[in-house]
Amino acid sequence: MVDQAAGQRNAQPSTSARNAVVIGGNRIPFARSGGAYAYSSNQDMLTAAFDGLVARFGLQGERIGEVAAGAVLKHSRDFNLTREAVLGSALAADTPAYDVQQACATGLETVIGLANKIKLGQIESAIAGGVDSASDAPIAVSEGLRRILLDLSRAKTTPQKLSVLSRLRPKDLAPNAPTTGEPRTGLSMGEHQAITTSQWKITREAQDELAFNSHHNLAGAYERGFFSDLVTPYRGVTKDANLRADTSLEKLAKLKPVFGKSLGDGATMTAGNSTPLTDGAAAVLLGSEDYARRNTLPMLANVVDAEAAAVDFVHGAEGLLMAPVYAMPRMLARNGLTFDDFDFFEIHEAFAGTVLSSLAAWENEDFCRNKLGLDGALGTVDRSKLNVNGSSLAAGHPFAATGGRIVAALAKALAEKGSGRGLISVCAAGGQGVVAILEAREQ
Amino acid sequence: MTDNYLNLVNSGPAGNLAKRLGLPRPAVLRRHSPGAPLVPGPLLVLGSSAAADTLATLLLEWNQDVRRHARPGERLGAIVVVLESVTDPGQLAAPILELGQALRQLARGGRIVTVSRPAVGCTNPAEAAARQGIDGIVRSIGRELRAGATANGILLGSDAPVQAASGALRFLLSGKSAFVDGQFITVSATEPAEAQNEDRPLTGQTAVVTGAARGIGAEIAAVLSRDGATVVVVDVPAAGEQLAKVANRVGGTALQLDITADDATTRILDHVQHRHGSLDLLVHNAGITRDKLLANMDAARWESVLAVNLASQLRVNEALLASDVFAGSGRIVCLASTSGIAGNRGQSNYAASKAGVIGMVRSTGLALEGSGRTINAVAPGFIETEMTAKMPFATREVARRLSSLQQGGLPGDVAETIAFLASPAAAGINGEVLRVCGQSLVGA
Repeated sequence: MVDQAAGQRNAQPSTSARNAVVIGGNRIPFARSGGAYAYSSNQDMLTAAFDGLVARFGLQGERIGEVAAGAVLKHSRDFNLTREAVLGSALAADTPAYDVQQACATGLETVIGLANKIKLGQIESAIAGGVDSASDAPIAVSEGLRRILLDLSRAKTTPQKLSVLSRLRPKDLAPNAPTTGEPRTGLSMGEHQAITTSQWKITREAQDELAFNSHHNLAGAYERGFFSDLVTPYRGVTKDANLRADTSLEKLAKLKPVFGKSLGDGATMTAGNSTPLTDGAAAVLLGSEDYARRNTLPMLANVVDAEAAAVDFVHGAEGLLMAPVYAMPRMLARNGLTFDDFDFFEIHEAFAGTVLSSLAAWENEDFCRNKLGLDGALGTVDRSKLNVNGSSLAAGHPFAATGGRIVAALAKALAEKGSGRGLISVCAAGGQGVVAILEAREQ
Repeated sequence: MTDNYLNLVNSGPAGNLAKRLGLPRPAVLRRHSPGAPLVPGPLLVLGSSAAADTLATLLLEWNQDVRRHARPGERLGAIVVVLESVTDPGQLAAPILELGQALRQLARGGRIVTVSRPAVGCTNPAEAAARQGIDGIVRSIGRELRAGATANGILLGSDAPVQAASGALRFLLSGKSAFVDGQFITVSATEPAEAQNEDRPLTGQTAVVTGAARGIGAEIAAVLSRDGATVVVVDVPAAGEQLAKVANRVGGTALQLDITADDATTRILDHVQHRHGSLDLLVHNAGITRDKLLANMDAARWESVLAVNLASQLRVNEALLASDVFAGSGRIVCLASTSGIAGNRGQSNYAASKAGVIGMVRSTGLALEGSGRTINAVAPGFIETEMTAKMPFATREVARRLSSLQQGGLPGDVAETIAFLASPAAAGINGEVLRVCGQSLVGA
């Protein structure tokens, strides 16, 4: 793993490119799977997120440079999901769009890709985003039935058709429900994380405390109106439905473990300190400084840099959700920064154990030397700066929408503070992870 | 909410039956549509003063077909009666009886507009009597007219020349005033400014409309946008979904905020300054009802209504008038209500807030005199909205038929009046309370 760091030493932050700025964001409140958005499609929700953004910034009928978004759970008919959502929105019909999919990092990756295009001068404005519906998930026919149906369509004569149909067996009629399991290990994400959580000896109490803080911080942010220009209600939902403002450490402590049960007493991951399946959509408006000035739009923060990483979780070399741990030192080194240079840390709470395992890894001298190729521990994240406006444990986690939620909220927090930097870390299925840096605008 | 009865009596056989039975026969009102003529026929100008000649000339300049005497059998689009120089009640007889003779010739959706001077402040008793007499005449004609015709008056303040009436006259003659009936508008000496673009008089202006997510507020945003304004629509975050739809429909921006919050004014002014430079028009439309008989009224119901409907307007106005972001020719239009004029059972809190708005507008109007800025109130009567659709059937039917026009108004009727008060043509109108009620008996 040492070569992971070494291999990237040549990468340098670009100094010649112009700035890409976060202008603002919009998302719909996130709802638990099977809840208020049970009958909303990905396209419905993404369109709503775009329309709220258009309304906030007066973009009606405007041709945006490019729109990129995606979904993790996607119907095959949604091959052009983002373009279809643009066509259904109040944006100009001649706004180009493309789909991105990088599991839970989809939303963040759309921001990075589009910000890079802006930095290069290829486009002036962009909308990044993502959506996911665990309620309206695609259900596929079995592999056996699929083959029979395809062969049937190719059969010409009646005897041929009958012959194909005769292959049909009752078991072929059972549909394939969607799963969040890893294709190569068969383990669910939660089971993977349970192994990592246990390896890093993360306690149940620490996980519950992180979950409690997430709810507490998100409720506080709503209370002070922080989301009034970040969220537009949808289908009568005005706040994230998963938010439990009145939760307590006692209540969280009562929940039974749901992942890692084979660990016996070592099972610590509950429904309280793991994210639920969630429906929702988010969008972020990006632009060049020139575009923002010309249209008298706000400039909340600069998109500074980003880095992706992947780990070999299949052969057990690393935990499934630990890739951001590897991406982080590479990005920090390239920018000459340490954790001390940041005022906000947005570490996506797939599971409380994910966040705490990452923090523990960065604080561990041996791990940082042996696995990250550093001279010592990467550093300690100041917990008072972590997910200060709540994160996925409280808000919920509609996979591809999480990146947009984080980028818009962090940019606003930086604009409110008026200075400083923010760090984003998002883990993703397939042993991947993406990290990014936002920076407050000069006042 | 559809007025099924109105549709029924305007569809052949049922109309004849209603006529024979002496039932109310509300007309389909003549409302504004782009490109439609100002009035549905020639204009008759009555009155023998030089001012009457001046006004007749003005109407000719608007390319209207003007008569100084009615021609037998000719359908008239409107009759303008110029009475600005009457000094004695005896002088009313001739012009008013001539008006009476011409009334039968008034077309459907026709207009009667008087131009006179206010009795208030007049020191000569006979002159004041004559002037006040016109008030009784106009309100009576309003009750006599049928087929969607209306009667209103313009009062020329202190030394205002008759030309000062032109902005209000155009509005009262047009389909935009369809539900304004039996009302008087006082205009000051300020010469109404000519709009650069008659069809889009608010071009280049920025307007803020509160409570814009639905009903009257959404319609106000639409009409202001049609007239050329860039509209910032404001409503509480919980109404954000509808608000976004309104913003996208009118090509404006949506600002989710609670108007009673401490930072509401700051956020509105910051948004307008940053996005649009300055604010030309603020429409205080946000309002709530929490009805209860006073004997059953609790503090929460009382305070929430007063906070949203009145205290927020006071606070926002204070900050606005002290701010450079509010244009030198800025306009404020506040939503009052006929409940604030006549009172309403179960609405002591609401009536207090709406009557309070009227008091605030008159007081602020005095302070703004001569400043170039104006403030006015619009007091809607029964308007067909989601709110009135929830009224019990019988109460709603009675409320509808209780006006001279025998029907409820539409949100657009309120919006048109607000757009007029925001337009350059209304520069001389300040501190006024204009009712949009179809001459409802309530509060008359």
